[in-house]
Amino acid sequence: MANYKLDITKEHCPMTFVKTKIELSKLKAGDTLEVLLTEGEPLENVPRSSEEQGFKVLSITEAEVKGTHLIVIQK
Amino acid sequence: MATTEIKLDPTTKKLSLISFSGDFDKLTAVFTLATGAAAVGYEVNVFFTFWGLDAIKIKQGRSAVGKGFLPKVFGLFMGGLKSAPVSRLNFGGISPKIFRYLMRKNNVATLEELVEAAKLLGINFYACEMAMHILGIQKTDLIPEVKDILGVATFLKLADGGQTLFI
Repeated sequence: MANYKLDITKEHCPMTFVKTKIELSKLKAGDTLEVLLTEGEPLENVPRSSEEQGFKVLSITEAEVKGTHLIVIQK
Repeated sequence: MATTEIKLDPTTKKLSLISFSGDFDKLTAVFTLATGAAAVGYEVNVFFTFWGLDAIKIKQGRSAVGKGFLPKVFGLFMGGLKSAPVSRLNFGGISPKIFRYLMRKNNVATLEELVEAAKLLGINFYACEMAMHILGIQKTDLIPEVKDILGVATFLKLADGGQTLFI
């Protein structure tokens, strides 16, 4: 099982979602993707839309840099 | 012409955009909405008509694309994605360059990056048969990602059950 990493803290709408979606499409069953993102729209919508598309959000934790979060998504 | 097989899935959220304007800013709106929606799981259809066709020409600069004298003149003046003017304060084509600079500087996706993302996300591109006919544009003048050439009736069927926007 592979573990992918993606940092979208420097991205803006719609690339936050676009880059996540493109990375998610590489996942095989059991693989995980760690996404580092900022509060606000990305934090509210990336986990929700991932779940809507059939992925499982394993965890959402605050990251080192203030205002950023790390979410782990699994296929 | 329209060979698209229409399968409507009531469980899929759907966004259909009519891309009429060939303006840089309005095309940016089209591709921002399209890629954003596709990324969060929407099925996305974009129907390019009239000046919107400029966005999906293979030749992105100014070139005499089109069959016949008048279409070639139009083609030369309008150009493709790279020569799209902004809808206000174009200043003879300087503004799109400034916009591209500002987008890069502020880490916002440029129009070209959005178009590439749209292709990666498998967004459905359709071209308007009637507008292509008037402007003398052939299917071979358009990027290969264009799924089909359609008329209004087929587009309406594709858009049925989802949200539709005209830009």
